[in-house]
Parts: sequence; C-alpha cells; structure tokens
Amino acid sequence: MANETPVSIKVNGKEEQRDVEPRLLLAHFLREDLGLTGTHIGCDTTQCGACTVLIDGKSVKACTVFAVQADGSEVTTIEGVGAEGELHPVQEGFWEEHGLQCGYCTPGMIMSGIHLLNENKNPSEQEIREGISGNFCRCTGYQHIVNAIQYAAKKG
Amino acid sequence: MAVVTPKMIGERIKRREDPRLIQGLGTYVDDIKLPGMLHLAFKRSDIAHGIIKSIDVSEAQSMPGVELVITGAELKEFLPPMPIGTPFPSPDHYSVAVDRVRYQGEPVAVVVAADRYLARDAADAIVVDYEVLPAVIDPEVAMQGQPALVHEAFENNLAVPYVPGGTGFDAEAGTVDNSAVDKAFAEADFTLSQRMMNQRLAPTAMEARGVVAHYEPGKDTLTIWSSTQNPHILKTFVAALTGIPDNQVRAIAPEVGGGFGCKINIYGEDYVAAALSKQLGKPLKWIEDRSEAFQATIHGRGILAYVDICGKNDGKVTGLKIKLIADIGAYNMILTAAIPTLTMLMLNGTYDIPAIRAELTEVFTNKMPTDAYRGAGRPEGTYFVERAMDMVARHLGMDPAEVKRKNFIKADQFPFATQMGAVYDSGDYEKTLDLALKNANWEGLKAERDRAKSEGRLVGLGVSFYVEVCGLGPSASLPTGGWEYSSVTVERSGKVTATTGSSPHGQGNETTFSQMLADQFGIPMSDVTILHGDTGVVKQGIGTFGSRSQAVGGTVLMKAGDKVKDKMARFAAAMLNPNEETDASEMVFQDGTIYFRDAPGNSVTFADVAAYAYVPVPLPEGLDPGLSEQAFWEPSNNTYPYGCHISMIEIDRDTGEPKLLKLIAVDDCGTVVNPLIVEGQIHGGLAQGIGQAMIEEVVYDDDGQLITGSFMDYAMPRATDFPRFELDKTVTPTPVNPLGAKGVGEAGTLGSTPCIVNAAVDALSEFGVTHIDMMLRPEKLWRIINQGGKS
Ligand code: FES
Ligand code: FES
Repeated sequence: MANETPVSIKVNGKEEQRDVEPRLLLAHFLREDLGLTGTHIGCDTTQCGACTVLIDGKSVKACTVFAVQADGSEVTTIEGVGAEGELHPVQEGFWEEHGLQCGYCTPGMIMSGIHLLNENKNPSEQEIREGISGNFCRCTGYQHIVNAIQYAAKKG
Repeated sequence: MAVVTPKMIGERIKRREDPRLIQGLGTYVDDIKLPGMLHLAFKRSDIAHGIIKSIDVSEAQSMPGVELVITGAELKEFLPPMPIGTPFPSPDHYSVAVDRVRYQGEPVAVVVAADRYLARDAADAIVVDYEVLPAVIDPEVAMQGQPALVHEAFENNLAVPYVPGGTGFDAEAGTVDNSAVDKAFAEADFTLSQRMMNQRLAPTAMEARGVVAHYEPGKDTLTIWSSTQNPHILKTFVAALTGIPDNQVRAIAPEVGGGFGCKINIYGEDYVAAALSKQLGKPLKWIEDRSEAFQATIHGRGILAYVDICGKNDGKVTGLKIKLIADIGAYNMILTAAIPTLTMLMLNGTYDIPAIRAELTEVFTNKMPTDAYRGAGRPEGTYFVERAMDMVARHLGMDPAEVKRKNFIKADQFPFATQMGAVYDSGDYEKTLDLALKNANWEGLKAERDRAKSEGRLVGLGVSFYVEVCGLGPSASLPTGGWEYSSVTVERSGKVTATTGSSPHGQGNETTFSQMLADQFGIPMSDVTILHGDTGVVKQGIGTFGSRSQAVGGTVLMKAGDKVKDKMARFAAAMLNPNEETDASEMVFQDGTIYFRDAPGNSVTFADVAAYAYVPVPLPEGLDPGLSEQAFWEPSNNTYPYGCHISMIEIDRDTGEPKLLKLIAVDDCGTVVNPLIVEGQIHGGLAQGIGQAMIEEVVYDDDGQLITGSFMDYAMPRATDFPRFELDKTVTPTPVNPLGAKGVGEAGTLGSTPCIVNAAVDALSEFGVTHIDMMLRPEKLWRIINQGGKS
C-alpha cells in the first residue's frame, strides 16, 4: 500500500516494527498486524472502552489512536497482563467474582481496572464506578465487575 | 435411575469459561483469519423510504483491491427472499434491497475487497439515486394507510390486522364473546384508562454481529462462523437459501459477545456472505460496525397499549381491556410477528383477573424491524399490567403491594389456566412478595419516603411483580421445534465429553452443565468437557433464547447422561459380579467409584469401568461396546418463573433528573444450579430493564432518520447509573422438568421497568400525574414538575 509510514512500538515488552497506513487505528494494528485479538472493538465513536489498552501506563482507547501516534511508546494489552498461574490480581478478581459473562468487554474492563488501581490503591465503590464509566458492559449490570475490582484492591 | 448425591448443583462455582476470556484468548468471529480471506462491506440506504432509481458502482468497481461489487437486483438472481419463522403473511424480504428501500440502513449493494478499509472505501464510493417516498413513522398514522404504504400488498400498513385473545375468545371457532368483559366493566366501581408506550430499544450486544463464510468448491461444503445464539437454525436456513445441502453446511458460533435475542435472527449479511463465498470460492468476512448495528440489527419492544382496568373499591380487579399496537418496522424477521403475541399471552400477569379482553394489531413502518430482545414481549406485557395495577392502588389510596396480594393467583390454584390461554406451572406469589417486602423493610422505606417528601424532596417507591413464560417450550410453541439435544460420552480415560444444542453467549453453560454431570457421575467437574456451538460437533440443536438453556438444555443433558450411566452401571455390575444377574439401577456413582448400594466396600473405579467398556473382554451379555449416548427432549409445557422488584428513586426538583437509590429483587426461577451465575443473569437483566425505564430509547425523526445511531445518542447504561442491587430468591421448582429449573436469563428485564416508573409516579404524585411514559428523561420530568403535571 502506498503512503505507508514506519512505526516502532513496544507492545507487551516486545519491540514491534511495521510499515502502516497513516489512518490505521492502533486497535486494528494490534489485532490485525500483531494478532493480539484480546483487544476488542465495540464501537466506532470512542465510547465503549472494549479496546482499552495502556499506553505508557495510562489507559487509552486504542480505537481513538492511530498506530502512527503510538510510535515510540510502550503499549500493554490484555495479553501482556498476566498468564494462567500468574494472573494479575484484577484478572483474578474478575474470575473470582464472576465479573464477566460474554467476556467481550472484559479485556478493556480489566485494563481500566488496572489503571484505576494504579492511580488509587483503595478506591471507594463510587470511585470504582466512575473509574470504569468509560467502559460499557451489556451483560453484567456492573455489580460483579465492581466486586472484582474491590477484590483486586484488597489483594493489593 | 441410580442414586445421585448433589455436591456441585447449587454451589457458587466460579466459571470454567473465564480463564481464556480474562486473558484475551477467546476467539470471537472477528478473531478468525483464513488464508485468502476477503472482506465485505455493505452500502446502506441513507433514506427511510424510497425507490431505487439507479446505482452507480463504476468508481467502486475500479478501485484497486476491489474484487466484486454487486447490487440487490443482481443478488436476487441467486439469493431468494429470507425465510421467517412465523405463520403470518409476509412481504418478500431480500438480503439486499432490490428496487425499493424501506428503512434507513437497509443494504442496497455489497462490496468484496482485499481488506476492510478498502471494502469500506469502495462502499462509500457507490452512488445511489432514489425517488424519496414519505416515511411511515407513527404506527397509529400508519394504520390509516398514511402517509404511504410500506408494502403495496398490505392495506393500511397492517402486517397483522387483528388478533383477539382473552375471556370468551374461542380460538378454534375464531369467535369472541364479549359478555363477561362487558359485564365486568358495567358492574365495576371504577374504570381507569391509560395509553402507554413501551418504547423501542437497541439490544446492543457489546460484540456487534459478524460472519465468516468459507465455501470450499471441490467439496461443495460451506463452513460459516457467525455471532449467533443458534448455529443449528443458522445452518438450516443458510442451507435452504444458498442451495447447499444442509448436510454439507457446518455452522459455528465461536465465542459470542452477548446476544440478548438479537442474534437469534439470521440476517441478510449472513446469507450474502455465504452466497458470495460460494460464488467466488473464497472465504469472506463481514464485521458489523456499531453504527450499522444501531441501524440494521433488530430492535426490541416498540409496543403501544391502550389499557382499561376496572375493579371494586376494596381493591379487587375485575376486568382488563388492552389494545396492543406493535410498530414492527419494515419487514418480518424470524420471530418479529410472534413477539407481540407473547405480550398478549402474559396479560394475566400474576393475577386472577376474571375478565380480560386483548386485541393485537401489528403495523409496518419505515424502521428497522423489531424482534426478540431480552424478555421478548413479556416485559411489555408486565409493564402494561403492572402500571395498571399501580394505577388502581393509587386511585384507591391503597398500598400497591396489598392490591397485588388481593388479586394474586393463590398458591393452591396451580397449575393455573389463565384467561390468555397459558397454564402457569407452579408458584407461591405471596411468599415471594412477603420476602421482598421484608428485605426492603417496606414499612420503613415508606416512612423514609414520607419524611423525604415532607422535606420537599421528590422521593418515590415502586413495587412490581412479574411472571414470564420461559423454558421454551413444547414444539407447538416454537416454529423450529421446542426440543433440545445433547450427547454424553464417557471417554476411554474416564473423562466425560458432552455436547449440547444450547449455544451460550455469556450464560456459563460450560460451568453449570459440568456441575450437573459431575454430580450425575460422581466425578470431579474438571473431568467434564462441554462442547457447544458447532454443528459439526453437536449433531442437532435449537439454541439459546427464551431462558431455555437450563430448563430444556439442562434437562436433555441429564437424559443423555442417564442413558450412558445406565449402560455404564451394567458394565460396572458385570465387573463387580461377573456371574450374577444384577440390578444396575442399584449402582451408586460416587467419588470416582461405582458400587452396589448395599456393598460400598466393594467398588470399581469410574476410569476402570470406562476402559472396560471400550475393550469389553468378556463382553457382558446384552451389552454393546462403548459409552456414548444422545437424547432429544422437549418439555410438556413452558415454565413460568416470577418475582418481585422494589425500587426507590429520587427526582431532582430543579433539574428533573432521576436517580435510582435502591433496587431490591426477589426472583423465583425454580431450582438454581449455580447461584453466582443466576445472580449475574439477574443483574444483567435488571441493568437492561433499568436502562429502558430511565435512559434508553431508539428514536427516529419524522423522515425516518435514526437519531440514536451511535453511543453518542443512544444512552447505554454505565456503572455509575446503578446502585448496588439487593437480590434474594425463593425456590419453587417447576414440575415440567425433572431438574425443577424454570429459567432466569430474562427475568431482570420484566420487573424493573414498571417498578421504576411506579416509583417515578409516586415521587411526582404531588403534581397529580398518574402515568409517565418511558424513558424518564429529565426534561420530561422537569415539565411535569413545572407545568402542573403535564408532561
Ligand atoms: S472500540 Fe474503542 S471505545 Fe469502543
Ligand atoms: S461481559 Fe458481556 S459485555 Fe461485559
């Protein structure tokens, strides 16, 4: 494809170099170019949060960033958070507290939960609800998600 | 059958599905990549109603990377109109519009290209010239044949002109005797009347729709992955439409990101992907954008009711008349026309109302068709009845809970044949009401509300009671057949593999079904694998909707399990007692062993019996090798779970903004296999019901433009919109399946809408309002506060 630009992005600790179209969304770059399909896409107006990843430690909606904008930064996706046997406490919380049903919003929710706890180790229920208010879940009614994040906060 | 000690059933077991999902390792449709796969994009109508004069695809066709551009008229040559699942007369509905568009977002042409960005660019480059026709938007105007006809053959836009039901209706003769209803209204102390709208909603599964179709020319086989609730129905329909025999079509529901009814349907995009994959001999993928989902995935609800309720001054309701007008949109989808009949079926609510007259009319409009959305017809019915019951309480100055109690069907009246033709299986409504009132501290809450009101705050309480029809159902109640299928195999190793026609999309069947088989076979849950969602693996099935997974899918799983267990018991008996005739029904399966009930000290291991069954030397008399059985089963009746919801809301006097302060729910779904999962289902249903009551609404303008076409305009509930829900349960098993489970997937959507609107009316009672249509937009409430009760 004409008009491609080289990018170099560190994803889950691994340096990735690709030539991309300037209009390629980071979410598509992760999913299509790198095969990291844990980052989901749930909307086209930057509202649902299904695509949430961490860029340089901050939670960002990966559908709102072009891959070229992430050039030179460090991206963490759900695949880089923890694996079976050594799950991240937020992942563990989602499992223990039934924080997911269909699982589609889950990676984004977990990334938002991680960011929330990075900023505030001991959030109130209201703070948790506000912290994940940029992430939609249609299945759970959010209560078990709140419990999941509380579980992780308790675990520290 | 042999003895079962429940260990797992009833336990809060965390889900087996979760490890892959919390690591981002689930495979949803969009995660599937096949070599040589091309991408589809649809050019959609941007007007609501018009005649297609011309379509210019030249620019699109010339774009590099574009493989094919095809219009509806061209597709029609090899893709017939889409089938539906209801018996009502229906206009032809092509996957892609042929000569006329009838809703905004209807496909008019299709692009196949090398990647999805290109496909989209090419679709945008297609130019369509329309002769614009007036948009038919208001169903009551549409019924007068104005301002246009959506389908020429359907006079006055009537899709279903008139369906009567209730007291004095003779279905066989087709006659209606109004005398009982007329008498009830003539002799009543009061009659209350209200027009109520149950507004359109967008189901909004977080994963929109998607399909991958892979036709393999040499083999003449099609594999189709789709984000569906029912792969077996998909297989049947796609086979029928594409002409590929159904034994050469394999449909797969991979990980499915929510359904809520909208993924029951087989959509035009599924058929087009299959047909074009066949034509091109290449795998094709289509993934729906959210904006497309708002326009072109079915909507739910959209039913208007004129309600008259009459009764005596002691609170006894003696008659009910409800005229339903369903705004079904532009076409019939699979169950479109049937959904409002479920509203009608449930108009008895939980009450022994002696005289009911119901009438239903379904109307075509220039909107996306409606179909099943979580609750599918029952939340609408519940809403109308429960609002009306609340109006009675308000009119008489009685406690709404006591009006319900006075009119309840009593525990000793079950099974109860309703005026609407349903037979409620079991219930003890007073017990559930009492528990809800106790959990809510009802008297205390009322005092709290009164105190708040005396301080000038607008606080209100609402209570609602619902019953729904679930566990669908006998085959007579479902056009696809109302059974479910399962197979259970004990492998050579002693591990167990089961297949189920229930096709979950968040319901956690891998967990609950493993719990059941673990108990049935006395083995650890970790030894059980549940396979679903693939017609190549699960031989038959119906699917997941109508809260039927546990009640129907769970039961047939047990039936298949029993067959294997019976055979396995005979192998075990032969091992333990090779020389004697023994009664296999006396065998106990426990902790990985099998023994005679009277001789627990002498056992064989489950794994050894499994190994023996596959190398049976000697072969016990009357037995064939192997341990694998299948079962089909359908219930004799639907199930009727029920519950009571109580809410407290406060409305800001200055801004009209409502806030939900409390929601207390007591639900009775019969036997509960996994309380954690059941609570999750109720939470999710509540959130959708509260969403409907407070913030969600699909809006079209007068020209048929979808105003709520993205998450910017359609209010999806967020975590901050809810208080912590307070749940509890009563357990009244159903007699229609051996498990006693009734189903719970939709429950939360039923009780919540009337519960909240009742509370809002209570909060604003000082302004003399008796009804507020959903949703509770602050502006609407502000007008009531500031304009003397008129919204
Ligand atoms: S996909 Fe990024 S916010 Fe919805
Ligand atoms: S678990 Fe399905 S959207 Fe959140």
